[in-house]
Amino acid sequence: MKIAVCVKRVPDSETRVKIASDGKSLDETGVKFILNPYDEFAVEEALRRKEQAGSGEVVVVSLGPAAAQETIRTALAMGADRGVLLEADRVPVDGLEVAKALAAELKNGGYDLILFGKMAIDDYNHQVGPMVAELLDLPCVTAVAHLDIAGQRGTAEREIEGGVETVEFPLPAVLTTDKGLNEPRYPALKGIMAAKKKPLELKRAALGAGGLEVLGLTPPPQRKDGKVVGEGPAAVPELLRLLREEAKVL
Amino acid sequence: MAPKFQGVDFYDVDGLLSEEERAVRDTVRAWVDDNLMPVIAEHYLEGRFPKHLVPQMAELGLFGANLPEEYGCAGLNHVAYGLIMQELERGDSGVRSFASVQGALVMYPIFAFGSEEQKRHWLPKMAAGEVIGCFGLTEPDYGSNPAGMITTARETKSGWILNGAKMWITNGSTAHAAIIWAKTGQPDDVESIRGFIVPTDTQGFSAKDQKGKLSLRASDTSELVLQDVCVPKDAVLPKSAGLKSPLLCLTQARYGIAWGAVGAALACYDEAVSYAKARVMFGKPIGAFQLQQARLAEMLTEITKAQLLCLQLGRLKDQGKVTPQQVSLAKRNNVSMATDVARETRRLLGANGILAEYQAMRHLANLESVYTYEGTHDIHTLILGQEITGLNAFN
Ligand SMILES: Cc1cc2nc3c(=O)[nH]c(=O)nc-3n(C[C@H](O)[C@H](O)[C@H](O)COP(=O)(O)OP(=O)(O)OC[C@H]3O[C@@H](n4cnc5c(N)ncnc54)[C@H](O)[C@@H]3O)c2cc1C
Repeated sequence: MKIAVCVKRVPDSETRVKIASDGKSLDETGVKFILNPYDEFAVEEALRRKEQAGSGEVVVVSLGPAAAQETIRTALAMGADRGVLLEADRVPVDGLEVAKALAAELKNGGYDLILFGKMAIDDYNHQVGPMVAELLDLPCVTAVAHLDIAGQRGTAEREIEGGVETVEFPLPAVLTTDKGLNEPRYPALKGIMAAKKKPLELKRAALGAGGLEVLGLTPPPQRKDGKVVGEGPAAVPELLRLLREEAKVL
Repeated sequence: MAPKFQGVDFYDVDGLLSEEERAVRDTVRAWVDDNLMPVIAEHYLEGRFPKHLVPQMAELGLFGANLPEEYGCAGLNHVAYGLIMQELERGDSGVRSFASVQGALVMYPIFAFGSEEQKRHWLPKMAAGEVIGCFGLTEPDYGSNPAGMITTARETKSGWILNGAKMWITNGSTAHAAIIWAKTGQPDDVESIRGFIVPTDTQGFSAKDQKGKLSLRASDTSELVLQDVCVPKDAVLPKSAGLKSPLLCLTQARYGIAWGAVGAALACYDEAVSYAKARVMFGKPIGAFQLQQARLAEMLTEITKAQLLCLQLGRLKDQGKVTPQQVSLAKRNNVSMATDVARETRRLLGANGILAEYQAMRHLANLESVYTYEGTHDIHTLILGQEITGLNAFN
């Protein structure tokens, strides 16, 4: 089983990001970058599939700056076999440009599965996986929370509003992974040491101009201080009054 | 869910670490957040070592991580090893103590003084956490002065017979194998001290849990009694010779403790900062008052100094240039520093600071043990005093 996992370098969700002076991008100084958490599920799933099959290859592909090599090595430390970085000074804001570059790289790779996280936690676009599927003319299942593969067919479950949807698909296919699919492993210390020695190929990403432009970034409005109305049951009438008259939510 | 620990890095010390060193640190940090933090308070209160975590720690490769891969270890450099100790002790000194003993006091002497067969037999199993070890040097009447030990090993036709008692032995009741230091010659012959690998199920060997500890409660500390314990000839560590052998082990462990103490201080400082910003008294956060700011400024300063001290110590060790006295300075400084940070955090937290729900008091109590074991603070002062003056003030 040959599996590609596409991963993105994103700011750690725990770091407080600042908007840069141009008002359109993030100030990266002091920001810690990590492997996109949804992509961790994809890496883990690929490793488990390969382990189950007893043979195969897990290739990690990323499009990003040179520093994304570190992100790829995190996946190599978890156990992936080799990495490819499509180097770009900036990740285009237009997901289609990213998808085109990735599709070109993946096209002739002979992959049985191409996995993505369902979204990147920096731009929340949910785009690139399905776009790559479309460009490669492959079936696509998004937000997979459970996966079974038998021979050349797969069954995936996705959590949808109020229930679970079960989808069958033929391989090769593109899947995007959701929380709950698995419990990603920690990169073991030996894995971290081994990752240094695994092949990591660098290529220049071929990127078009794209059709999107960021006009501005604004932080969410500051939350106003809360108000303590009182304590215990005695406070309920006043709370109801405020919810009705001031907040107008009742 | 509690927020993930972000570390403290005022001087961009991260920039001095390699990518692998940071990756190791981040892995252990995440593991501690996910697996140790949720259970440590309850284990501490119940006085139990969280033994269920041992297989996971082994899986990650935390035991003897700076020993070579050919013996089943991770083969990390000493800086990465130090960062592991830091992150474990950020969780709890007891868990770091477990790893210190297993790696630096049990696996290290087998690696350094053992035969090739002993190494191949024991090290992979210990790295895998299948065999847990303990290190028996201290005796009821010989703490700071292990040279005086009265445990003996007598050679017979078929092996050795050990007799004596060991006190304050970390992992003592949990261990499958004990490294026992004993005199093979006359009571005053310090050169005759040798190390033995003693399976704890050997007849005549018993371990008794030390009751009533108010410190390192999430760690097993035991008294060992050896009564006519017979072990085969190949139980002796062939290259161990004299007191300097166990002291070499202690230097390894002290090195890790110097890093570990920084971890405990980081945990406390982190707690102090968030509490100071959140707790409102007299109409503003207590962090807005100069007294609390002075506390925090002092903590950050001392932590930053200790971080740089550890890193340079580790770089020297990686270059094979470190001296035991340099390790003494770092153990002495960092443990004392961490104890101060823990105490100040405890105080800054007011009444909440005495609860197990917060970390400061647990760390404070733990660090009092760390202050005492592996050479008390005073003993390291004397080691440095001797280094400076050339004059021995021990006796
Ligand atoms: C939780 C815990 C775990 C431990 N784990 C282990 C273990 O795994 N294996 C092991 O072998 N040991 C272990 N120890 C023992 C530890 O190393 C000893 O407690 C330590 O060496 C001090 O010995 P002592 O307690 O007998 O104190 P003492 O040596 O009696 O010292 C008492 C006081 O006198 C001071 N003092 C001693 N000599 C001098 C001097 N010459 N000049 C000035 N002051 C002096 C000391 O600094 C101290 O303040 C552990 C201890 C603790 C608390």
